Amino acid sequence: MSRNPYVRPVSKTGWWINSRRYREYMAREVTCVFIGAYAVLLTWGLMRLSQGQEAWDTFAAGITSPVGVVFHLLCLGFAFYNTITWFEVTPKAMPLVYKGKRVPGEVIVGGHWAAWAGVTVVVLVVAGI
Amino acid sequence: MVDRQIQFEILRYNPDADSEPYWQSYTVPCDRDWVVLDAVNWIKDNVDESLSFRWSCHMAVCGSCGMMVNGEPTLSCKAFLRDYPDTIRVEALANFPIERDLVVVLDGFMEKLNSVKPYIIPKEERTVEDGTYTQTPLELKAFKQYSMCMNCMLCYAACPQMALDETFIGPAALALAHRYNLDSRDVGRSAREDVITEHDGVWSCSFVGACSQVCPKDVDPAGAIQQAKIASTIDYFKAHLMPWSTR
Repeated sequence: MSRNPYVRPVSKTGWWINSRRYREYMAREVTCVFIGAYAVLLTWGLMRLSQGQEAWDTFAAGITSPVGVVFHLLCLGFAFYNTITWFEVTPKAMPLVYKGKRVPGEVIVGGHWAAWAGVTVVVLVVAGI
Repeated sequence: MVDRQIQFEILRYNPDADSEPYWQSYTVPCDRDWVVLDAVNWIKDNVDESLSFRWSCHMAVCGSCGMMVNGEPTLSCKAFLRDYPDTIRVEALANFPIERDLVVVLDGFMEKLNSVKPYIIPKEERTVEDGTYTQTPLELKAFKQYSMCMNCMLCYAACPQMALDETFIGPAALALAHRYNLDSRDVGRSAREDVITEHDGVWSCSFVGACSQVCPKDVDPAGAIQQAKIASTIDYFKAHLMPWSTR
């Protein structure tokens, strides 16, 4: 008897396709493209704002056009998916112990949503909405 | 009592004769209380004695009988046939080389396990006369979950990072390193740090979380790795912003 181990090949690009678990992971990761794109858009908007009224009006017209609205909705959807999936895993990375007992995961996730709601309210108030 | 006939497709590989593995089918008359391991044992006892696989306790304690059952890393002694369809595919744990049939090569895993120094490194050695190291229930609770690992390696088979990078230290070994780092009797954290924080350590993990989902003992290696990342980040900033501080 000899040792002749067989290594099963793994596709470097298609490894995630046949597993629901891996597909969900890839969906979470791909959200960063849209969040990154939105960060670029915001930076672009700031730049246009600094260039005066006319530049800003052109930018504002662009983001309120049908294409701009669709882009915003897409980014909002992906941002929500990113937020939900990351909030759900926070108890793993931040296991809190209070008075000798582990704080339940739901409380940690709930705390994140509460903080999110608080920040949202502050942003809306500051924006005068 | 025979409940139903189940078609088993098992990935066979004989290193002396085969250039690559192949699927072989067996029809097994299964009892309603059987698990996959019972059926595999039935095949070995009644059809093909050359079928090779590891098992020992048949009660999800030893961690020997891990296999891919319909593509999912599973302890075959815990996989009740009543939860499966009439055709079941069984193959050796993914992300490991196949030694023979359902037996995988463990050498790499053992080296990785050893590299994290998975034992208590005490501040000072104690003799028998000195008595035992004491620990409060609260101190025990801090790491007990991570000490439940039985090295079944299902987490390695579930981890896509393992599939793409065989040098990754991997979930079980990193969780065990975390377990000893959290132990109040241990002072070996700096001795483990090189392995944990190097490229093949925690930073190779992209937090798919599959390891924790398949763990039969709820060890949650994904959680351990993320906590180790946070600890390592805090160490980095402490070392650069407060070089005078000691841990």
